[in-house]
Amino acid sequence: MQQAAPRILLDYGAPLRHVGNLSMLAGRGLTALVRPPYEFRSWLHQMEHLGVSSLGVAAVTTLFTGMVLALQTAYSLPELGVKYYIGSVVSKSLTRELGPVLVALIVGGRIGSGMTAELGTMKVTEQIDAMRSMAADPVKKLVVPKLAASLIMLPVLTILGDFLGILGGLFIATNQLNLSYGLYTNDVLQALTLGDVLNGLGKSVFFALFIAIIGCYNGLTASGGAEGVGRATTRTVVWASIMVLVSDFFLTKLFHVLT
Amino acid sequence: MSSPEQPAHPGRGEALYAVRGLCRRFGDRSVLDDLSFDVMRGECLVVLGRSGSGKSLTLRQLNGLDEAEAGSVLFEGTDLVQLTERQLYPLRRRIAMLFQSAALFDSIDVLENVAFPLREHGGLSEEEIRERVAGSLAWVGLSGIEDRMPAALSGGMKKRVALARSLVQEPEVVLFDEPTAGLDPVTSATIASLIRSTQAEFGTTSVVVTHDLRLAREVGDRVALLDGGRFCFIGTWEQAERSTDPALRAFLEGRQPPSEEDIDAA
Repeated sequence: MQQAAPRILLDYGAPLRHVGNLSMLAGRGLTALVRPPYEFRSWLHQMEHLGVSSLGVAAVTTLFTGMVLALQTAYSLPELGVKYYIGSVVSKSLTRELGPVLVALIVGGRIGSGMTAELGTMKVTEQIDAMRSMAADPVKKLVVPKLAASLIMLPVLTILGDFLGILGGLFIATNQLNLSYGLYTNDVLQALTLGDVLNGLGKSVFFALFIAIIGCYNGLTASGGAEGVGRATTRTVVWASIMVLVSDFFLTKLFHVLT
Repeated sequence: MSSPEQPAHPGRGEALYAVRGLCRRFGDRSVLDDLSFDVMRGECLVVLGRSGSGKSLTLRQLNGLDEAEAGSVLFEGTDLVQLTERQLYPLRRRIAMLFQSAALFDSIDVLENVAFPLREHGGLSEEEIRERVAGSLAWVGLSGIEDRMPAALSGGMKKRVALARSLVQEPEVVLFDEPTAGLDPVTSATIASLIRSTQAEFGTTSVVVTHDLRLAREVGDRVALLDGGRFCFIGTWEQAERSTDPALRAFLEGRQPPSEEDIDAA
């Protein structure tokens, strides 16, 4: 019984320690991000690596989500004539909520796990230690380019996803629901405000920060060879997904208060 | 060139490192337990020990890569244990390390790998960097492979490129972690020869962690055996050959060390 208390404290201590370490890495990463010298070549390389190669998956996800949203809206409440407001429903839902969250979940899972796999492999093959032994800061050299690329590319992909989702809605509206192009686009333009778009973009910036920091943290702390890297990668996908969904609630409340 | 009256490498023979009472634990397991030793300037100290005895951990203490619960690692009087990561940077530019796995950055080519410390520290033109890289690669006998990726190199070549990367910043100390692990005897002999000639040519101080007794005999001015978290023997090879320390004798003869009961019975 005497040993039970410390064990319980230890079990609760581990998540708290992770939260503390993640916060410290976020602080160090953001400080190093704004402090010169800026390694723009590495940033561009990461933007290409993380962003451009995720275009396809982001496009497919949001395009079909917009199409499904249009269909479901029309099928669910036909007697209310909701189909005439499909433009509003699709555009508002996508820009404020589904666009940033889906892009963060799909693309974020992909890039976050990629970061963990890359840094974790570097960690277990002593490349991170080699960098430290040559008086180079792994946060500046490795974390900052990934953080910068995520903070830039996730909002860009979100905007693109919003646009494609609305296009998907248009396709369904005109081809399946017998609405005119003008009716749908007018509805979208009347309903959609700059605040909706900024709301979604604001969320995607926070999601990018969470995904990059979780991905890098799990990579930098990976141990135990290939198996350890695999475990760390899985952990990143789980933590990043939960963080996106939980923080989405609080960010929605926050932006509602702010706007 | 130094004049005949001047020593080739000034300061040779004085203690460069003074490690005192170093302790390192992992959970309940004590790996380094009150470890104390000196490393003299210009010497090559070989650290022997069984797998898991804490040899690599000892080496990592010498450039502050790992932390310690107690004790001090004095490098020219500065305690590395007390320094922050950033405060260690100026010292790490003087202390190079060759890792067991070579630890080349696999996403960049040989040129960029070897040039990494030079670019990181700045102050050199692109032409000077390329010249230094070419010189360093020539020293390890690998001229003309600048554009190859690490994945395209053999194990021995990786070790030599890693050595070139260590030497390109002209360090005062080189720490070698199992430099011949996993290499064939011919490549191991090449690495041993490079360690010896590097020390002779540049007057570097070396600490070599290894299991490889042939390498240890070839490069070591002094040898130390890590056992139970501290050195049970440290001295020259002549002293090692004469030593009756049971753990050292067992290690050199490649047999199990005697248990405490055996020693008591004897």
